[in-house]
Amino acid sequence: MSRLLVRAVSKTFGPTRVLDHIDLDVPDGTAAAVVGASGCGKTTLLRVIAGFEAPETGTVQLGAETVVRHDVCLPPQRRRIGYVAQDGALFPHLSVADNIAYGLHTGWRGLGDRLRRHRDRDRVVELLAMVSLDPGYADRTPHQLSGGQQQRVALARALARKPDLMLLDEPFSALDTGLRATTRQAVADTLRAAGMTSILVTHDQEEALSFAEQVAVMRDGRFTQVGPPEQVYHHPADLFTARFLGDCILLDALCEADVAKSALGAVPVQRDAPTGETTLMLRPEQLTAEVVTAEHSGTVTEVDFRGPDVILTIELAEGAGTVTVRRTGIAAPARGDRVRLTVQGSGTAYEK
Amino acid sequence: MFVTLVALTLTAATFIPLGYIVSVLFDTGLREAAALVFRPRVGELLTNTVALVVWTVPVCVVLGVGLAWLVERTDVPGRAWWGPVLVAPLAVPAFVNSYGWVSAFPSMYGLSAAVIVATMSYFPLVYLPVAATLRRLDPAVEESARALGSGPVEVFWRIVVPQLRLAILGGALLIGLHLLAEYGAFVMLRYDTFTTAIFEQYQSSFAGPAGSMLAGVLVLCCLTLLGGEALLRGNARYARLGAGAQRAARPIALGWWRIPLFGVLVAVVGGALGVPLWTIGRWLWLGGAAVWDTAVIGQALGQTIGLAAAAALITTLCAFPVAWIAVRSTSRFARVIEGANYITSSLPGIVIALALVTVTIRWTPPLYQTVTLVVIAYALMFLPRALVSVRAGLAQVPVGLEEVSRSLGESASATFFRVTLRMTAPAAASAAALVFVAVSTELTATLLLAPNGTRTLAMQFWGLSGELDYAGAAPYALIMIVAAIPVTYVLFTQSRKAAGV
Repeated sequence: MSRLLVRAVSKTFGPTRVLDHIDLDVPDGTAAAVVGASGCGKTTLLRVIAGFEAPETGTVQLGAETVVRHDVCLPPQRRRIGYVAQDGALFPHLSVADNIAYGLHTGWRGLGDRLRRHRDRDRVVELLAMVSLDPGYADRTPHQLSGGQQQRVALARALARKPDLMLLDEPFSALDTGLRATTRQAVADTLRAAGMTSILVTHDQEEALSFAEQVAVMRDGRFTQVGPPEQVYHHPADLFTARFLGDCILLDALCEADVAKSALGAVPVQRDAPTGETTLMLRPEQLTAEVVTAEHSGTVTEVDFRGPDVILTIELAEGAGTVTVRRTGIAAPARGDRVRLTVQGSGTAYEK
Repeated sequence: MFVTLVALTLTAATFIPLGYIVSVLFDTGLREAAALVFRPRVGELLTNTVALVVWTVPVCVVLGVGLAWLVERTDVPGRAWWGPVLVAPLAVPAFVNSYGWVSAFPSMYGLSAAVIVATMSYFPLVYLPVAATLRRLDPAVEESARALGSGPVEVFWRIVVPQLRLAILGGALLIGLHLLAEYGAFVMLRYDTFTTAIFEQYQSSFAGPAGSMLAGVLVLCCLTLLGGEALLRGNARYARLGAGAQRAARPIALGWWRIPLFGVLVAVVGGALGVPLWTIGRWLWLGGAAVWDTAVIGQALGQTIGLAAAAALITTLCAFPVAWIAVRSTSRFARVIEGANYITSSLPGIVIALALVTVTIRWTPPLYQTVTLVVIAYALMFLPRALVSVRAGLAQVPVGLEEVSRSLGESASATFFRVTLRMTAPAAASAAALVFVAVSTELTATLLLAPNGTRTLAMQFWGLSGELDYAGAAPYALIMIVAAIPVTYVLFTQSRKAAGV
């Protein structure tokens, strides 16, 4: 059992409150992502869970063990955690194999085993295979590896001790775009295969949404919303969360009985939505634009080609504002085309 | 082509001292040379010198690493303030420090006294690089080790110390070489080393074979240190991996240990700065206005500034072509030049001076006992120091900028003056300043080579303190320290900025 339970954790640095009564529950074997702008406190939360910082109040429970209570704060080496830092933080003076084997024998009792390190060889090779690296890398030094390889070695090193909880502190941010997606996928697969509970801290919303079963959006030391990725993306709790997680279409709407009426017609919204004058939020990919000759709802004013998809900017008829539509680039409408817009799925309404 | 020629000439010149040792060996004949080397007196000197190195270097390493850790990683009171203060002893020449201690404790002599004074003079040579490295180490690496199950003590031994290895080795090597080369400090403490013995021999029998053979053994000692350091260092090069902003390490709370450890810092600074400054202050007070003989002091100051400025200018100019080749060329020739300079930098001033005396008397007698020869000696001795600065400066000039200048129609030489030189100017200035201070506190080679009538600050100080006129020597000591302070501060700020090992 390695469920992580964070209860009412608060932490201040000088006059700033970095964490403000944070609650988080990560069930055994699942992945959670904490996403927020830089300086919002997400890294501090991770460091509190790891034991690098002590919170002023609150508890942290890992499996059956309470690692942080009001007066007890277990040092990091005695928590069963794995930690992958932003740029891997490989030990520059050790080879890849020695980096991975570092945590296998620690302390005075590990001293004798460290001297007979050839015994760890099988385990090192096994761990390299887990992170999809060739055993030939074992004898290289860290600076002979590319960024993505360093990150994988860092993961293998953290996995070596079979921790209960894996903490990932923006581990992909130093990688370039192509490498980022593949490394992220490889790490997620490895962790899932190992059945490990994990937390990913990132400022990249796409990374958070794709990586985790549970996404927590953080702002100024508080969570604005915690939930499954689809839920937080399509039905954000507030406008900040909505804007943070992706492009939004915002329209004035009159809301009644969980249906919002706007320039795009009637759109179902979330349950127990506010009534009266509201702001309706939709995602650009929810709209489809069909070229028509009559009964158009808007005119295309701009076509922004982005490779796999295009972003259409459409000026609504009767001066009701502009909306953006995301669609595939194949047979897309051209500038000046008149289009009819239809909405797929449901939107989210916010009180004005 | 011109650059290569200049570099070649300079490199050839750096081989003069080594060539001199070898040629004397053959002139004397191997049998007689062996007789001169294998005698009890040499054994005695060897024991003395080795004992000095074996005691002082480890003490300095422990002290330097401990102090650097205290200042950089703990919440010891006044941690921002201690950084420059612990580097300040570098501004006090070792023989002035020795004078301070002998005057305060007249009964000091022998090995223990030599170890104490040498430690107080040289520990910053370990402190400075270790503190700079500690600041630069990525705390995430240490945190990763904590997450992998290591306690703080284990992290220090398994993660921090191995990464400090290059800094420690470099500092230890410098200290060893300084110990071998130092003359004044150990004469005052009546402790015989090879350098003091060579000097004695020179005074009694000029550049005779006995003194030259001692110099040969001394050079062997230096090469042993170089080789040992190279062996221990291996091919290690620990750059910080990856990019991204680095968080500052959290200072460790010392709790009740703060007070005793603060006391240690105070004691060290007291020993390294307090004792010499107190002695100088006391003698200045006792001597009153009488010791400030403005005419004599003014003359010494003028001569010192003249010599130091000339040497600084020439050495920095010489450093440019050598640095250019070292930075821009990957040929074997470039590595040979670097190696040659590395070895010369390890040779004690007395060996270089002795070699120049012998060479000029044999081949160019008119040069003997001239200012030119003194300046040549300084250039040979301090070229490696200037080289380090100039090379770092040149390395930071992107080749792309020069290419842009060429593409805009400038010639190679004009590009050098309009782009490269302009951008290297700060580094060149700091190189010149380093040489200037090194020359103005240089004693050994100056005593040997200076023409009659030369009175530099160091020579005046040495003469007066040798006659036990401690009060008369005090003003010179003060002026030398004051002159060295700005450069020491530059060293300190550079060490904080230095990127890469």
